[in-house]
Amino acid sequence: MRSTRKGTAILLRFLVKRDRVRIPVFVLALVLITCMTAMALSNLYSTSESRQIMAETMVNPAMTAMLGKGYGLDNYTIGAMMAHQMLLFTAIAMTIMNILLVARHTRADEEEGRIELIRSLPTGRLANLYATLTLAGFTNLFIGILTGLGLFSLGIESINLEGSLLYGTAIGVTGFFFATITAIFAQLSENARGTIGFSFTVLGVSYLLRAIGDIGNEAMSMASPLGWILSSEVLVTNKWWPIIITFIVSLLIMITACVLYSRRDLGAGLLPTRPGKRTASASLLSPFGLSLRLQRTGLISWAIGMFLLGASYGSVLGDLDSFFVENDMFQQLLNPENGHSLTEQFLTMIMSILAMISSIPALMSVNKLIAEEKKGRIDHLLSKKVSRNRLLGSAFLLSIITSLIMVSLTAIGLWTAGNMSMENGLDLWNVYSAALVYLPAVWLVIGLVILVIGIFPRASIVGWIYLMYSFIVVYLGNLLEFPKWLSGISPYGHIPELLIEEMRYLPVSILFLLVILFVITGFIGYNKRDIQA
Amino acid sequence: MTILKANNVTKYFGKFTALDGIDMQVNEGEVFGFIGPNGAGKSTTIRILLGILKASEGSVKIFGKDAWKDAVAIHERIAYVPGDVNLWANLTGGEVIDLFTKLRGKVDKGRREKLIERFELDPTKKCRTYSKGNRQKVALVAAFASKADLYILDEPTSGLDPLMERVFQECVLEAKDAGKSVLLSSHILSEVERLCDRVGIIRQGKIIETGSMAELRHLTRTNLIVQTKQPMSGLGQMAGVHDVEEKEGVLSFQVDSEKLDEMIRYISSFGILKLESAPPNLEDLFMRHYEGSRVDTEGGNHNA
Ligand SMILES: Nc1ncnc2c1ncn2[C@@H]1O[C@H](COP(=O)(O)OP(=O)(O)O)[C@@H](O)[C@H]1O
Ligand SMILES: [Mg+2]
Repeated sequence: MRSTRKGTAILLRFLVKRDRVRIPVFVLALVLITCMTAMALSNLYSTSESRQIMAETMVNPAMTAMLGKGYGLDNYTIGAMMAHQMLLFTAIAMTIMNILLVARHTRADEEEGRIELIRSLPTGRLANLYATLTLAGFTNLFIGILTGLGLFSLGIESINLEGSLLYGTAIGVTGFFFATITAIFAQLSENARGTIGFSFTVLGVSYLLRAIGDIGNEAMSMASPLGWILSSEVLVTNKWWPIIITFIVSLLIMITACVLYSRRDLGAGLLPTRPGKRTASASLLSPFGLSLRLQRTGLISWAIGMFLLGASYGSVLGDLDSFFVENDMFQQLLNPENGHSLTEQFLTMIMSILAMISSIPALMSVNKLIAEEKKGRIDHLLSKKVSRNRLLGSAFLLSIITSLIMVSLTAIGLWTAGNMSMENGLDLWNVYSAALVYLPAVWLVIGLVILVIGIFPRASIVGWIYLMYSFIVVYLGNLLEFPKWLSGISPYGHIPELLIEEMRYLPVSILFLLVILFVITGFIGYNKRDIQA
Repeated sequence: MTILKANNVTKYFGKFTALDGIDMQVNEGEVFGFIGPNGAGKSTTIRILLGILKASEGSVKIFGKDAWKDAVAIHERIAYVPGDVNLWANLTGGEVIDLFTKLRGKVDKGRREKLIERFELDPTKKCRTYSKGNRQKVALVAAFASKADLYILDEPTSGLDPLMERVFQECVLEAKDAGKSVLLSSHILSEVERLCDRVGIIRQGKIIETGSMAELRHLTRTNLIVQTKQPMSGLGQMAGVHDVEEKEGVLSFQVDSEKLDEMIRYISSFGILKLESAPPNLEDLFMRHYEGSRVDTEGGNHNA
């Protein structure tokens, strides 16, 4: 045992050094957003009447599917509100951070041959995995404590010490759980992409199981780690045992990962790999074909995921409809002026969220060009009869096609499941056009990345920040009553909401023009600059 | 006929001057060796030749076209093997070879198979499983399987075993026999000596020597090992003599090639018991310049 962990402490320090920017930025952002949200909520909903009205709008299947079952809804304190509206999404942000962290320091490093170097030094066989999981563990612990103390320090009446610490512990433990899940997949899959892909699949399935479980079948929620976390009724009754059990399960998964790691050869995976082709098929033999081939698995997984996501929102529409019909007060509350059904209004909000999520694979696709450049593989192509325009054009085209497919699939998924669950079904074209109209917004983000690739490739993260910003503005903007201009910076807010309003051509045309401007500038820049090694 | 001509090529990375007025010329049908220590600027030069980097100053013409502006047209006739062959983990070697040859244009299927055999490459394996040498083989097979007029090879043998190095050398000589030109960057000097008609030596971003092998030998030193009847005195004071060492009455030293005649006369006046000479080689030339750079930096340190 001793010899397998030799060098863990040194490696841990090394990992901390490598992540010295990434982790603090994430920790700070997460803790700040949590605390600021709590503060804003307590200012906005200072009376118990206003909170109760808020609670009423939250008690419907769609919200339950999205955010989880609310607790303490009849006494909707700021604490209950935080746990209901923020806990799940904060926990998901934690899982994403953990998945990327563990994959980066395990399989990705192994794939690049860096672990081999480390293994050749007098370090224990498991030292790297131990160091990675320790880093993840401490990061989660740190975020948990900071969030807990931060929330408590706000002095909000309903947020007591135990509750806020439980809140912090809950997100920390969720993060750690997924760190260990990723550690397992780092052993099973023999490359980083697979490791990340499988881990996100587990996250996605956990979310879906919980969503379906929360609106009906309780048992399904209990099959999802996200369901366990939410069942701790944070800031309401504060049950610790679901969190403790989740933690114990994480430890068991961690031990399994260590056993798997110690049993396999370096560089190998435990899932079987197929022998390869001797010659290339014709479809591979172009920059576009190459990009498509490299991203194929990822794109197919995303396509399935987007369809399921659309379908899962669609599946609650039926429940939502009957709920609205029964609930008079709700109708008055949400539907004062226009003649549109509540379902349509709900759909409108869903459309923008689906469009933003659809942007993720499109953005990943176009960002791949930068990743390839950093790995020095662009030289192979540019030293052949391939122009820079063709190369960038292929990446752009694939990204545009991806966005089109993803947005379409969410709409089709939504329509299909919605039709099955509702009595008088949805009109396909209505849903589809309401989804498609978001494409110029998605393309603006893609265009921005093209611009950055052409002009300042080192800032390729800008696309992600912009998307993240848009998400936060739309997700929290309504809740926290952000000023208009903040959401004005995001393209998604400018898209006409076709289900409840007429088409507005002006904003869409402006977005289009911006996209064209960005893309042209990006291409010009790309033709002028050095290719990085 | 000159097919590649670099004129005063300078490259800045921010404030750092990676290349400082490089002049270079490759003629049709010749193998040009491009040698220099690590970090001298070989790869940077080559990436400028390929239009992947843009020269800060100066110009490069290949086949009479501008290397930056007409890159795509030029590349139709160029085969390139990078120094660091990084491939796509989940494609097989065979797929990558096909991709590369197809993107270049003209494909010669028969040559592809023959080269795979000669380099003993298994094209059905995923690139993830390839060693450095095997990745280099993939790039080499793709390069030699295409009908290029100019081969640009950046330290192509650094991961190959001696047997494969031989195969590589055969390939280069075949290309030369077919009238093609080759630009070979290397720091394996025996290879450069064997293959190259002309060489350019680069150090700290400057070409410090260039010329045919014969011309450069002028600048080289012959190694002598001598034993004489009477002890030879005053050797160290003679012009053109370097690195004198004595071991049990046997002297070994280096003589500038142009002083050789004078030296032999001098030695024979002491009565020769034993005389061995090793031909001048690039290694010495290279080491001299290399050491020159080391002395430079040490000098810098003293001043600091
Ligand atoms: N993109 C870059 N930015 C800054 N410096 C660079 C860059 N590329 C190369 N260099 C520097 O230029 C010099 C020449 O590098 P290189 O051409 O790779 O040398 P060689 O191939 O001869 O070993 C080195 O000092 C290297 O650090
Ligand atoms: Mg180099």
